[in-house]
Formats: sequence, structure tokens, C-alpha cells
Amino acid sequence: MTAANPRLRRFVEPSALGGFWPALGFTLCYLSFFVLLPLAALALRPWELGASGVWRVLSAPRTVSALELSFGSAFIAACINIVFGTIAAWSLVRYEFPGKRILDALVDLPFALPTAVVGIALTAIYAPHGIMGELLTPFGIRAAYTPMGVIIALIFVGFPFVVRSIQPVLEDLDPEVEEAAATLGAARWRTLTHVVFPAITPAILTGFALAFARAVGEYGSVIFIAGNIPQISEIAPLLIVIRLDEFDYAGAAAIGMAMLSISFVLLFVLNALQAGILRRGAPH
Amino acid sequence: MALKIENISKTFDATPVLRDISLFTEDGEFLALLGPSGSGKTTLLRIIAGLEQPDAGAVRFRDKDLLAKPVRERRIGLVFQHYALFRHMTAAQNIAFGMNAKPRKLRPSRREIRDKVAELLSLVQLDGLGGRYPSQLSGGQRQRVALARALAIEPDLLLLDEPFGALDAKVRRELRRWLRDLHERTGLTTIFVTHDQEEALELADRVALLREGALEQMGTPEEVYHEPASAFVFDFLGDSVSFPCEIKGGVAVIAGAGVPIIGPHPNDGAATAYTRPNGFDVSPGDGPGLAARVRSVLLAGPDARVDCVLDGGGAIEMRLPLDVARKLAPRDRVTVTPRTVRVW
Repeated sequence: MTAANPRLRRFVEPSALGGFWPALGFTLCYLSFFVLLPLAALALRPWELGASGVWRVLSAPRTVSALELSFGSAFIAACINIVFGTIAAWSLVRYEFPGKRILDALVDLPFALPTAVVGIALTAIYAPHGIMGELLTPFGIRAAYTPMGVIIALIFVGFPFVVRSIQPVLEDLDPEVEEAAATLGAARWRTLTHVVFPAITPAILTGFALAFARAVGEYGSVIFIAGNIPQISEIAPLLIVIRLDEFDYAGAAAIGMAMLSISFVLLFVLNALQAGILRRGAPH
Repeated sequence: MALKIENISKTFDATPVLRDISLFTEDGEFLALLGPSGSGKTTLLRIIAGLEQPDAGAVRFRDKDLLAKPVRERRIGLVFQHYALFRHMTAAQNIAFGMNAKPRKLRPSRREIRDKVAELLSLVQLDGLGGRYPSQLSGGQRQRVALARALAIEPDLLLLDEPFGALDAKVRRELRRWLRDLHERTGLTTIFVTHDQEEALELADRVALLREGALEQMGTPEEVYHEPASAFVFDFLGDSVSFPCEIKGGVAVIAGAGVPIIGPHPNDGAATAYTRPNGFDVSPGDGPGLAARVRSVLLAGPDARVDCVLDGGGAIEMRLPLDVARKLAPRDRVTVTPRTVRVW
């Protein structure tokens, strides 16, 4: 296995048609300029404060709770989205109903709307005297200006990522496979859990990762509905903006670096998980 | 009588797919549903399996109404044309799926399932390949996994949809022989759908010929081949040649030559005569019979292929013994007469 190990031969041109070196070179330059360089700047900036200064910024209760809120609510929102996003994708792929194409187009709306517009609209609805707010108030639930409001906004912006990740995979999934399960005696629920879900799990994970990543960095739609009360409903991106307004560039960069590190680790884990699943049931 | 299909009709979007089909299988029989694409044979198979509901008619199995049962309670093994294997499961997991899907009280123990999977893998000659995923198996191997998976539920009836459709010619022939052996060993009542007449005639105990959703003829391969009920059956079961003729007193008169008719005799008058490409006599020069000119003589093969252009228009492609064909050359004038014809 030594000579044939693809890890040891990663620079071998894979095709006689050529174009490998220009393509790789272009990709590396592009990535360096637009991704790596800004990220490197971000990673270097905070150290102006010294290690103890960075630690002081990051361990401040306000920073910790902002990071907790950002990642926690992004996680909850992504979890909720994969449940309802999967159901929505399923309905759009498997059933025919009037207005299906309009509904299909509506899914993309959160992509297209300026996030500030979304934020204002959601605040109007969920404020104590808004349509939804009035329904929730009798139960003692307050959505606007609480972490719940943050989650609602993040669900909204993340939803299309989940639907659009799962939809094509479901379309590819041959209904014959489900029919085969039925002829073998499987009840509908077993077919879903043992045949359909395993087939779309990689897509669900992709949708989750995309929705989660989008939600972690979301700013515009959240700041209106969140109310931005420090240590309660203040998200990390807003805290960065506040630090910038105070000309504390190194402090802002420190929080940014923390977000970057956490996001990178989480996305890396998700990717590894997905690769593991794909390797098992490698599709033809 | 194992399976009895009575007056089944089915329409998709106002297009009739099955028209009043009735047929039956005996216990342990190997039945072929044969027909061109669009003849409704797969739909009929899906109705038996429970994946489609007919608009009218009944399906009974050992005198029990099958239509009243949902798919998963029918205990009918179905092998799909493209196998429909579970891609994320190994061959062994695919085969075990039906046993694992049983309600807890009826489910065999883990050890029993493992033994049964091993037994089935060996039955379909895939010993040692149980750990492979479908993507790591060849077409013929996937096909056999699908078959083993269907057999694992100990079905009362086995249905195969174009079982060799996606395989290359050599694998097809091997699998065909193997499937026949397997049927003899298991004795399972089996219905398979095919559009390949050679496959149907070679494998089946009886053949049901479908045309545009209606049953055209049903019988043993010998019966349908030698006593075809219609020109369609005759044409579908082998190459055929047709030409106009005049029926007079029980004989077909073709360009002045009287040719005996086999099979049912039609009334006098103009008709179309049918025969096989190897059913011709060819003599040099002119005489009673179809005047023609040889276009090409192909000698490579167990018999020779001779193409002739008829003087009256049209062409005939014949199969002649090699010694007869060697005496012919392109542009020779010949007289062609069928030895016997069929007329419907």
C-alpha cells in the first residue's frame, strides 16, 4: 500500500488532459488573497494585547456570554431547521400540490432579503404587541428582546440552506428503494429510519453545517429582535462592532479570532463525520 | 393453482395499460410475462406485488384475496430491474433487512439471521462477499444480492422484473442457466418479466404474451412457438417474413406457386402470409414463385444469410443452408418460394 497510497502522491497530475498546475495555482492564489490573508491578519492582530490581554478580553463575562449565545442559538436554530427543513424538502420533492412552485420559490426568500429588513419584520411581529407577540404573551413567553428572539431570527436565515441541501439528494433517491423495503415487509417508519434517512444523512449534515455557519455570523436580522442586552441577548458579532466603535481594534479581533477558531473546529468535525458516512455507503 | 389473476384492468392518466387480463400459475411454476416495452407486463408485476392497485379485477393467491393485503404483508419477493439495493448497507445487511424488519415477536435471533444470510450468500454464490457494499459489486453480483434479499423473507411467490435487463450478453446467459437451476432447487413459484423472447422460451415453464395491455396467448414455450395464436405472436417470437398471397381452397397462392398452409386455415381471398427466414426454397432462373435478384450472400455463421430484392418491390432476408448459398452470387436471378406459410 506504500507506493499506491494516494496521500503520498498528491501532486501527481491526475489526467493526461493537463490544466492541473494552472488550476491549482489559481486556486491557491485566490484562496490566499481572499481568505487566508484576511484570516491571518485577524489571527495576528489580537496579540498586540499580549497573551494575558487576549485572555482578559476572552474571559470577560460579557464576551463569554456573547459567544455562548451566538454558538448556542446557532446550534439550536440549525437543529430545528434540519427537522423542519427535511420535512419541507420531502414535501417539495415527493408530493404534487397546487402552489408548489410558489412555495418552492419562497424557500429562497431568506437568501434574497436584506437581513435588516428581516430583522425589522420579525421584531414587528414578535414584539409584545405584534401579531405573534400577542399570542405568546398570555403564556408568559417573551420572544422579542430575549435569546428566543435570536433563535427565531437564526431559524429564518438558516432555513433555505437546509432545504436546498437536502432537496437534490431526495430527488436522486429512487422511490424503488422504498418500494423494495415495503415488499421486504418493512413498515413505513422503519423504511424511513433505515432506508431514507441514512441515504440523506450526509445532505442533512451539509445543511446543518451551512445553516449553522450562516447563523453564527448573522448580524443584521438578529440585532433588531434581540434587544442586545449585555449578557442576555447580545450576540458576539454585535460585541465586535461595539468594540470597533470604541476603537478597541485588538479586542474586536480577539473575539473574532475566538469565533473563527470555534467555527473552524466545528465545521472540521462535521466534515469528518460526513466523510465517514460517505466512505461507508459510497454512491456509484 | 397458486396465483390467479382475474380480469385485471388498469389505466394511467386515461391511457389503458392493462385490459381485462386473466391468467394463473401452478404451484412451483416458472412463468414468463413476455411482451414489447409498453405492453403492461411490469405494471402487472407491480399489481401482484402490491405496489399498484388495479382499477378492476381480482388477484388471488391460494384462494386468498391478495388485493386486500398491503404490500408488506403479501410475502412476495420482488427483484427490481435495477435491483434497488440499499446503498448504505453491505450485501449481508441488505439480505438481512427483511428478517430484521419483522415484528419483534416473529423476528429470528441474531444468530439465526447471521446463519440464514450466510446460507443465502452461498446459495447465490457470493460466499465471502457479504461485507461488500453494492458499489463494490459487479452488475451480476448486485443482481444476485437482490435475489438473495428477496428470498430471505421466505416468500410464497417470487417476482423478477427484467432480471437480466441491465447485464451484458455473456453474464446474461450464465445467470439464466443458474436461475433455472435455482428455481429447480427451491421450487418457488416464480413470475418473471422480459422483453427477450429467447430468454422467455428458454427459461419458462409457460409463457404469457402481452400486447398493449391484453393477453395475446398463453402456453408452454413449445406451444407458443409452434402454434402461435396470432401474427403478433409469430412475429414477436422470432424473425418473420411476410408477403401478400391469395387463399384458394386451403392453399396460399404466391406468385403462381401453391404453398401449403399450416395452422388454422382462413377463408378464401386476399391475405398476408408469414414464414420464418429459414423456410424458403431458392432455385435459379424463372419459375412459379417470387422472382427476385440476389443482393448479398453472407456465409459467415452456422447458416448463410441471403438478401434478395423482389421484382415486385420489397426485399426478403433469408437463412439458407451453407451448401445452397454457396451456389448463389450477387445479381443472380432466382425464384423464391416459401415451403409452408401461416395465415391469420
